[in-house]
Amino acid sequence: MDTNRRNFLKVAGISTLAGLGGTTIVNRLIAGVDEAHAAAAAGAEMEQKAAETIRYGLVIDIKKFQQDPSLGEKAVNACHQIHNVPKFPEKRDEIKWIWMTHFENAFAESPNLYQDEANQTHLLPILCNHCDNPPCVRVCPTKATYRYEDGIVGMDYHRCIGCRFCMAACPYGSRSFNWRDPRPFIENINRDYPARTRGVVEKCNFCVERVQAGLQPACVEAVGDSKALVFGNLKDPNSEIRQILKEKQTIQRNPSLGTIPSVFYIV
Amino acid sequence: MFEKALKGNKYYWMWLAFLGFFIAVGVVSYLRQYYVGLTLTGMTRDVSWGLYIAQFTFLVGVAAGGVMLVLPYYIHNFKAFGRITILGEFLAIASLLMCMMFIMVDLGQPLRALNVILHPTPHSMLFWDMCVLWGYLILNALCGWVILTAERKQVAPPKWIYFFVYLSIPFAFSIHTVTAMLYCGLPGRHFWLSAIVAPRFLASAFAAGPALIVVMALILKRVANFDAGKEAIDKMVTIITYAAITNVFFLSLEFFVGYYSDIPGHQHSLQYLFFGLEHHGHVYNNLVPFMWGFVILFLVGISLITHPYTRRKSDLWLGIGCASIFTAFWLDKGIGFVLAGFLPTPIHEIVEYYPNINEIFVTLGVWATGFFILTVLYKIALGVEHEIEA
Repeated sequence: MDTNRRNFLKVAGISTLAGLGGTTIVNRLIAGVDEAHAAAAAGAEMEQKAAETIRYGLVIDIKKFQQDPSLGEKAVNACHQIHNVPKFPEKRDEIKWIWMTHFENAFAESPNLYQDEANQTHLLPILCNHCDNPPCVRVCPTKATYRYEDGIVGMDYHRCIGCRFCMAACPYGSRSFNWRDPRPFIENINRDYPARTRGVVEKCNFCVERVQAGLQPACVEAVGDSKALVFGNLKDPNSEIRQILKEKQTIQRNPSLGTIPSVFYIV
Repeated sequence: MFEKALKGNKYYWMWLAFLGFFIAVGVVSYLRQYYVGLTLTGMTRDVSWGLYIAQFTFLVGVAAGGVMLVLPYYIHNFKAFGRITILGEFLAIASLLMCMMFIMVDLGQPLRALNVILHPTPHSMLFWDMCVLWGYLILNALCGWVILTAERKQVAPPKWIYFFVYLSIPFAFSIHTVTAMLYCGLPGRHFWLSAIVAPRFLASAFAAGPALIVVMALILKRVANFDAGKEAIDKMVTIITYAAITNVFFLSLEFFVGYYSDIPGHQHSLQYLFFGLEHHGHVYNNLVPFMWGFVILFLVGISLITHPYTRRKSDLWLGIGCASIFTAFWLDKGIGFVLAGFLPTPIHEIVEYYPNINEIFVTLGVWATGFFILTVLYKIALGVEHEIEA
């Protein structure tokens, strides 16, 4: 008798669940799938469009940085302030997104015994090259670093496992690792951009968060009207950056590796 | 069969306690690192892999080296290896577990390690490395266990297991090939960007792995009353000899390419490793003693294992010879190869790497854990052997 009743209750319970919850769940799943499909289709279309029409790039005028050495500091500080890049007391923990270096370091693959004086003594900025064919994206085992369709190479700080394969793969030394908790070392925290946790990699993101909001990257804004840095769409033949590339001869860092950088230098 | 690991003489327990001490030190050091961060290592944004990944790379080789027993026994029916293939398989298990521990302690966010599976990325060599390492671990555990169980019951192993035994052979080659591909596919790292890295890894593995097994077999002969047999040891020494010479031959080819072509990028790391690299008036040479240690130990080792007297008449000299080869190749791959690849940095600066003491303790802890596991596994294997003999 007892067994029978228990069996009845079981069957009844399961049927109710299937009848009520089951259909709801199934319905929701169907709706969800439709929504997801629609969203994915729209997203894919937009991305496709972006891939065809947008590729962000940056032109760096080395001469202007030589004429006004304060520009470099302005660009670096603006970037590091906006992105909560910490300042560690010890060099071994160092994190940098954009920094000033010598010509012989930035263009180490084109050594010159008789380097001109200006390039020997002055500094120029280097940063992530946002390659068309980025080795860091190729090696990342979790897709924590990826390439947006508009050409920007981004980072997902929440997915990164901290294996540092991307740091070994980057031929420009553009990536840094949070060897320790960065938060105590951020001077003025910017609440509009996430601070990182220890154990993840970070690098210049071409201010993707600003660019998508219609602003210029922080470093470009910081150098003002000097035109030392010009940011723009390389796929738009009428853009300012394309005009400059048409008129001036530019070079790129280590082009023989086939990474196809989006950053150009006017020597 | 695990009960066999629970009975042993006082030396067995003393050895395990000795390893246990280092494991404890390693655990404490790792906890420090876990809570503070990898700043407790000598790594920097310029040399972003250090001792951990170097040990991982070397130990993948030791694991792959076990195949030098499995292959002759199962493919060529070389009967003399019958008693010791299990030593190779169990060594592979212990080494692979060490590899995985070294990867885990190297991760900045170890709790996110599963992201590699949750977001599988076939264009990353690390994804494939994970696949083949796990595959090889499972295959070795399965084959070792099933065959040992059959041996204990004194019946022939089930037929199906041979499928997995044969499968484990290409897997052994694949683990070290894919590990080499972690390095040799990176643009801009000239020292690693060489097609000979994978063959060189395999050659060094097929010397270092069997060399460790010979040392183990000679120790087990004294302390555990287990004789691998003269023929088996002799054959292994032949394998070690050829593999070791091949490894050094491949390395010498790197020297030729670098120094004859005279392309700076192909020379820098070799120069740094063996002679010291001059940069802005300063000579950077902190790895030079290790690399000459590698050369000398290789020469000593190869002399001892090839000279007829030391090779066949004296276990002690043979053991020292094999230990020298093992240590030499550890210096080459477990120290030099990984660290030198980062020099010079992409912007041609030289940043030398010095391990932190905490990092060294963690490294010792992982090695001790590996040897602890190896001891227990060997204890089980020999327990079964002795049971059959009795």
